[in-house]
Amino acid sequence: MTKIKTQYNRRSFLKVSAAAGGGMLIGFSWLTGCISDAKIEEIAIPKEWFDINGYIKIGDTGLVTIYSPNPEIGQNIKTSMPMIVAEELDVDWKQVVVEQAPLNTGFYQNQFAGGSLSIRLSWDALRMAGATGRRMLLEAAAKEWGLSVSNLTASKGIIKQINGERTITYGEIASKAVDIKVPEEIELKEIKDFKLIGTSVKNVEGKNIVTGKPLYGLDFKREGMLLAMIQHPPAFGMKITDFNEEEIKKMPGVKDAFIIDTTINEPSWSDEKGFLQLIAVVGESTWQLIKAKQAIKATYEVVSELENSEMHLKNLEQAIVSGKVEKSRKDGNPDAAFDKAVKVIEQTYNSPFLAHNTMEPMNFFANVTENSAELIGPTQTPEALEGSVAKLLNIPIENITVNMTRMGGGFGRRLYVHFGVEAAAISKKIGAPVKLIYTREDDMSQGTYRPAYQSTYKAGLDENNNLIAFSVKGAGLPESSVFPDRFPAGTVDNYLAEEISASTNITTGAWRAPKSHFTAGAEQSFLDEVAEAAGKDPIDFRLELFDRAIKNPVGEKHDYEAERYAGVLKLVKDKSNWGDNKPGVYRGVAAYFCHSSYVAEVIDVVLENGQPKVKNVYCAVDCGIVVNPDAAKNMIQGGVIDGIGHAMYSQLTFNNGVVNEKNFDRYQLMRHSQAPESIEVFFVKNEIAPTGLGEPGLPPAVGALANALYKATGQRLTTQPFANHIQTKKLLG
Amino acid sequence: MPTYNLKINGEIHSVEADSDTPLLWVLRDQMNLVGTKYGCGIGQCGACTVHVNGNALRSCSLLISQLQGMDIVTIEGLSKEGDHPVQKAWLEHDVPQCGYCQSGQIMTAAALLKNNPNPTDTDIDAAMNGNICRCGTYLRIKEAIKTATKL
Repeated sequence: MTKIKTQYNRRSFLKVSAAAGGGMLIGFSWLTGCISDAKIEEIAIPKEWFDINGYIKIGDTGLVTIYSPNPEIGQNIKTSMPMIVAEELDVDWKQVVVEQAPLNTGFYQNQFAGGSLSIRLSWDALRMAGATGRRMLLEAAAKEWGLSVSNLTASKGIIKQINGERTITYGEIASKAVDIKVPEEIELKEIKDFKLIGTSVKNVEGKNIVTGKPLYGLDFKREGMLLAMIQHPPAFGMKITDFNEEEIKKMPGVKDAFIIDTTINEPSWSDEKGFLQLIAVVGESTWQLIKAKQAIKATYEVVSELENSEMHLKNLEQAIVSGKVEKSRKDGNPDAAFDKAVKVIEQTYNSPFLAHNTMEPMNFFANVTENSAELIGPTQTPEALEGSVAKLLNIPIENITVNMTRMGGGFGRRLYVHFGVEAAAISKKIGAPVKLIYTREDDMSQGTYRPAYQSTYKAGLDENNNLIAFSVKGAGLPESSVFPDRFPAGTVDNYLAEEISASTNITTGAWRAPKSHFTAGAEQSFLDEVAEAAGKDPIDFRLELFDRAIKNPVGEKHDYEAERYAGVLKLVKDKSNWGDNKPGVYRGVAAYFCHSSYVAEVIDVVLENGQPKVKNVYCAVDCGIVVNPDAAKNMIQGGVIDGIGHAMYSQLTFNNGVVNEKNFDRYQLMRHSQAPESIEVFFVKNEIAPTGLGEPGLPPAVGALANALYKATGQRLTTQPFANHIQTKKLLG
Repeated sequence: MPTYNLKINGEIHSVEADSDTPLLWVLRDQMNLVGTKYGCGIGQCGACTVHVNGNALRSCSLLISQLQGMDIVTIEGLSKEGDHPVQKAWLEHDVPQCGYCQSGQIMTAAALLKNNPNPTDTDIDAAMNGNICRCGTYLRIKEAIKTATKL
């Protein structure tokens, strides 16, 4: 029996009740889309709602509202978080409607979407909220009937007397449960007793999405709201000095035009570092604002070097050769071991800057008054936004509210809060509520990119083809992608990993599976090359290394559990019928650990008209307990497509500080015809609390792709995007 | 500012807008039909796809002055109850992740099936290639289109 203390949350439950009384939670209904689906039609709409705790309110008809605390970026937590509450509450999912909770730091913890952490960090809190609610309902029924709680049981929203005939529904007893003292300790269900967790539940917003209901920040409207657009400098390294303000103000539909300054004292990691001064145009129609933007004639000063892509490559190369090593790990004596090695394999890998390209461009609504700010829109980090707006406007945090809309993609882009801050600055200046909208070009050329990377790997084999030395040296603009304590650390006696940073004025940020997306591709294709040099099967070669980490690990620590790592490799080996080679099918394998989850993938490439195409993908995933299997499968499939698509086709290049790819005509994302035919996903079954799912599916796809392409083309592809470096002549010849 | 009479989702609406205004912004700003999404503004991503006389077209690249007398259908008008076979198939396969591109995907798929009730994989790829899904739901979209042919 798992028991969990509720003490900490008991205080916060009380706090939220007060907040709810003030209308903060209950009053949030700016869109009908917040009520999740058609259930309302099937179950009578309650006349009265009772707040059980900050996650749960129960209506007198038995309809249960569960608040989903974290931002929804497409990772489907608006379905899976309430599922966890409903499991412990023991309510029929058919009676549940879901609402997005607003930012409430007094009650919810970790209200952000990042690091594949939503479920992982809230697992206990969500279970506890459900179990506490169930207990309070049971106690209320026990009190009503003059019985002990141990005489009662609850299932599907109905409380029953164990040896008797009395029953009462949650809806009927909810009004009395409100007055029950929050228990100090609560029992959680045994994992094996889960009824809802582990079953596939459809997305609660499915119907709203397929019928085009207003759900996203860009769809938000309020009476009297104005629209705004911004113009940032055309190049990194430039700053706005002036623009044709009077001319722009006279344009049709333009209410105002001015320069805003969003400089914040002591900026946090999530604040903009690049373009702090922006031209803002305000009006009532998006099209008129787009035309006004096109008519802007601005002057800029050059404040730092105007960089280009050739320079970036040179800087990375130089950093690898002579850059200062900031962090490293060394086991044994790598230099001596490389001297002794019979075979030495060395390879250098590169990847360019990438944009996030969420399909919904950046936008935010702000309504700033003298001493308050109301912010509504797509943000992965509402708390960080609240803090930054408080600093910019110099108003107390308590006077700021943040509500989250559904997001048209995140991928890390909306961890950064500048667009919300800019909306607040514009609203303050015009003294009216405003929705800021970025064009695609604004979005793609603004920065916050995935950094550019280069890493050099070296391996030494002895006369028996044992891996006796391994080194990796990685540089990045600006951060290195090396994880010194990850695999193969712990498996090689003589090991060296070195991190080097290099400078750039291109602004960067976290991009789905930061650093891992590059390192997994580089490391896993390098190990493929090493296995080949050793004359070993790539899976067997890796399993040998994990065996070493299990039985006799090298060094004081490593970041992964070797058994689980080996487990996904064995599972994918089995499920893909590895070793069963079919003519014309070229296979690659990779495995990677990040965000506390283990994923191994096998990719099959075929040649169509002489061009390589990914046909089938097999994934084995160990992410602990899978809350919502079909949705989890969707996440992994998306990660695979994301990994293959970006490694194959995408890049962002620069010329004199100007981004060359500003829209989807030049920035290539994977399209329908380039997608694999099938992506099969197999989950390892265990009772480990859930770990990351949104990101870990992506990184191994890059390595498995490179390894399959090698089999198909004979080329080791080391520079992304791969499509630009595949020599098709060789294939056709 | 000129006035245009547009037939949208079966009803005639009188709209005042500059003649070069793309249909997309008329739908979103003036008609409150925000199911049609802005993604790129240059006809490259398909998020703004609507039907014009039964063809799937990009509303960001259609000028309002060219559309008088045409039959325009948006995602909101695809079916009354949200039960068009393509919408039903989308729900059956639980296609969406973030969901932002899906109304455009659905409109393109619905137009495809109207003209070609039993498309091959190649037909589906050809018709759908202009619709980007950044979350990578392409496989489910293809499965859903195949399911929709049977509904």
